[in-house]
Amino acid sequence: MTAEGTRQEDGSGGGVLLDVRELKVEFRTRDGVAHAVNGVNYRVSAGETLAVLGESGSGKSVTAQAVLGILDTPPGHVTGGEILFHGRDLLRMGAEERRRIRGTRLAMIFQDALSALNPVLSVGTQLGEMFEVHRGMSRKEARGCAAELMDRVRIPAARSRVGDYPHQFSGGMRQRIMIAMALALGPDLIIADEPTTALDVTVQAQVMDLLAELRREYAMGLVLITHDLGVVADVADRIAVMYAGRIVETAPVHDLYRAPAHPYTRGLLDSIPRLDQKGRELYAIKGLPPSLTAIPPGCPFHPRCPKAQDVCRTDRPPLYDVAPGRASACHFWEETISERGDRR
Amino acid sequence: MNAEAAGRVGETVLDVRDLAKHYPLTRGVVLRKQVGSVKAVDTVSFALRKGETLGIVGESGCGKSTVAKLLVGLEKPSGGQILYRGEDITRLSGRALKAVRRNIQMVFQDPYTSLNPRMTVGDIIGEPYDIHPEVAPKGDRRRKVQELLDVVGLNPEYINRYPHQFSGGQRQRIGIARGLALRPEVIVADEPVSALDVSVQAQVVNLLERLQDEFDLSYVFIAHDLSVVRHISDRVAVMYLGRFAEVGTEDEIYGHPTHPYTQALLSAVPVPDPEARDRRDRILLSGDVPSPADPPSGCRFRTRCWKARERCALEVPPLDVPEGFEGVAGPARHASACHFAEERQVVPGG
Repeated sequence: MTAEGTRQEDGSGGGVLLDVRELKVEFRTRDGVAHAVNGVNYRVSAGETLAVLGESGSGKSVTAQAVLGILDTPPGHVTGGEILFHGRDLLRMGAEERRRIRGTRLAMIFQDALSALNPVLSVGTQLGEMFEVHRGMSRKEARGCAAELMDRVRIPAARSRVGDYPHQFSGGMRQRIMIAMALALGPDLIIADEPTTALDVTVQAQVMDLLAELRREYAMGLVLITHDLGVVADVADRIAVMYAGRIVETAPVHDLYRAPAHPYTRGLLDSIPRLDQKGRELYAIKGLPPSLTAIPPGCPFHPRCPKAQDVCRTDRPPLYDVAPGRASACHFWEETISERGDRR
Repeated sequence: MNAEAAGRVGETVLDVRDLAKHYPLTRGVVLRKQVGSVKAVDTVSFALRKGETLGIVGESGCGKSTVAKLLVGLEKPSGGQILYRGEDITRLSGRALKAVRRNIQMVFQDPYTSLNPRMTVGDIIGEPYDIHPEVAPKGDRRRKVQELLDVVGLNPEYINRYPHQFSGGQRQRIGIARGLALRPEVIVADEPVSALDVSVQAQVVNLLERLQDEFDLSYVFIAHDLSVVRHISDRVAVMYLGRFAEVGTEDEIYGHPTHPYTQALLSAVPVPDPEARDRRDRILLSGDVPSPADPPSGCRFRTRCWKARERCALEVPPLDVPEGFEGVAGPARHASACHFAEERQVVPGG
């Protein structure tokens, strides 16, 4: 398990699968340019689960789309940075080479399985297509592989259900099919964008367990994009917190929950209803996330931050190294990290 | 608990008895005939007291939103009674129904689709006054709406703006202001915070609690987020396939659950504490929720229950203090619809 921060020297060796460097993405819209991603850095190693945590509009999904090369262009444009996968920059590859990597080495699981699957093709056909296109199998062989995969993600009576269509499966089963599809060609890295958000709690637990187990079994890297602090605590090794298109804190998961080093992270943790707060007012981060067309100068969190000083309004904090494997984009991280976690 | 401690929970406002909603399943276009029914809500009973919050939790399809619609009269029940201050509102019509409806208002889940994009905020919040003009005479409405905006924490000068000019959290405040306009006694909130981001969710939960104290409101708070329900509720009902599985105070349900479904549901909730990863007692249910068109006989949970025996298929377990718990003192003694109820603590520190 690696635990290096996001800003370490050499990125090529040491089992690093994905190394995103200073990635910038903007959307050119009628209302102006929306700066969705403003210099994001993260890396994922083989066998590691990195959680990318953020609220809507934080840029967590756009970053993933840029990595996969499935950004809606236009209006979205990658305007800077590098995305190194096994040391090679995906952004400098030709479309054909990128397409070959996508699916075979790098796969994605989407939030909404119903709209990600084709409603007029059977799941067996959709799963088998992967083997036909990328492995040159015959239709019959491919279907056999599809059934095997469905069995591996524990779909009951998989062989008899390969001919079924997506709408004939429940939400949890459809998400399993999505997982099967991502696993099909044995990728090194899976990016899962809110894979269980649309599911009920009891089904969510089943799917999350399956995903974690398969990740271990195949020693894959996993980037888990989520807004749910509970899911992160359950499965992640490391966590990167995003706000307004930037990573504001990155840390091993235990350290982050024990002592967050950024006021935004602390605010998120404090706003979860907890047992000992029953009957008391919940802590709420004041205000609203900024509009991406008008991100505040200095630290983008300063208008909502209880600690904001003059320097926060003018100087954008870099990612300070807090400890080995930990970084925080707060001028006052030392103060933040030493505060007691339970009450303000 | 907090409400009781403060001594403000009073007389029964709503008394729901054996409430049922069955949607017919039909076949054929010309010769339409009924081939079955979806039992979305099946014999649900509860009482709601003044100033109290009843939380209803359950997974999608369990019928919790249908309960909400029945309470505010958006759906007609197939059976049962809803007594508002002793009067059965399911039998009312015309003017009498209209008068009662003033007192039971709703806040919807999705602040994006529940506000008309072509109406100004002032018109949206003021619309209830068109239907109930006795509450606010025409000349007084603008002031009333501005007051409401202020109460829910929005700038009263925003009265002429349109919904798209607001964020999700602010729109939910507009929806709450509309719910408050007629000064109701009961507010039915169907997933009022689930569409909101974590940082905004806490703001809206706090607002709902403040308004409850200020206007002595009773809430029926429907949600799938168990930690939010725990925070806001005095009593909690756990719903499964159209029925209540277990009902009790917040402490009874979360700290001392006796129904296997409640235990599984609580244990499945991810705990935002990585230290708890290995300590947790997780119960993983197999399979999916059965179709409400063809629910299992006897106990509806038996197809996914690890305790199920023959008796569960034959007898419907009543929602009552279970056998063997009658003599028990303490929080494990509460209504739980299980033949083989057993206390099991699943929430760390619960």
